[in-house]
Amino acid sequence: MDARRKNEPAPTENRTTVERKSERELIVTRTINGPARIVFEAFTRPELLKRWWAPKSSGVSLLSCEADVRVGGKYRFVFGHDASKTMAFYGRYIEVTPYSRLVWTNEEGDEGGAVTTVTFEEEAGRTLLVMHDLYPSKEALDAVLAGMEAGMRETFEQLDELVVSLGASSGR
Amino acid sequence: MVQYSRIRLDASFAALSDATRRGVLEQLGRSDASITDLAERFHMTLTGMKKHVGVLEQAGLVTTEKVGRVRTCKLGTRRLEEETAWLERYRQLWASRFDELDKVVEELKRKEKIDGRKKKE
Repeated sequence: MDARRKNEPAPTENRTTVERKSERELIVTRTINGPARIVFEAFTRPELLKRWWAPKSSGVSLLSCEADVRVGGKYRFVFGHDASKTMAFYGRYIEVTPYSRLVWTNEEGDEGGAVTTVTFEEEAGRTLLVMHDLYPSKEALDAVLAGMEAGMRETFEQLDELVVSLGASSGR
Repeated sequence: MVQYSRIRLDASFAALSDATRRGVLEQLGRSDASITDLAERFHMTLTGMKKHVGVLEQAGLVTTEKVGRVRTCKLGTRRLEEETAWLERYRQLWASRFDELDKVVEELKRKEKIDGRKKKE
């Protein structure tokens, strides 16, 4: 086991970066150890998407995940703890280029939401993922960054905790 | 945390509900200024201006620093801090998503290898 480890290349840490590239743009990047074809598959098959889009550490689970990945096709992700308190994210795919590019709209916000472009660049069996969010205005991205959304989410989370603890104490 | 941000928000709204204080923020947006400067500009007593600056300071909108006998006011860094904190939380969310994605991709790669072997047989 140890001998094998020595022969293996040291695992390169694939770091996730986030950057506000301009007044209206947010960029997330990460390299994945796999060919673009496979990474693209994980982005476009709902049953696979479901497995990674709501990591345990995020505290919420993905209750349902529908994605009709073709130009004009719709997606809808529903997050929450149970069916009574959920948050839906939805939009349409406006560009689907197998193994290299996906573009979708985010329509859950009040005003126009961001347009997300994901590019898959393969090099030597690894894929550089670049996720680019273009917001309709500086104000829209400012509002997101000011923690308006996060604040709302925290409020809901706290309400949830309260409900759970009330339930637990009344059950005693 | 929620309580804290709600208090902060209330303080911000209270701070911004006054025309003089909004004027002070605008002024500090152009350049830093001492309380004396601000009092003069807004035709106010030193004590009156100190009160306004105190409210703005408590809301995190303004920071002050006393050097010698002069207290200089500047715009608070709160907005920037919030942005940085948000970006870090967002980065962590994506980092953990991608960690899960790694697992899915590893599994697909393994499966493809096995399927490839089967086809050859």
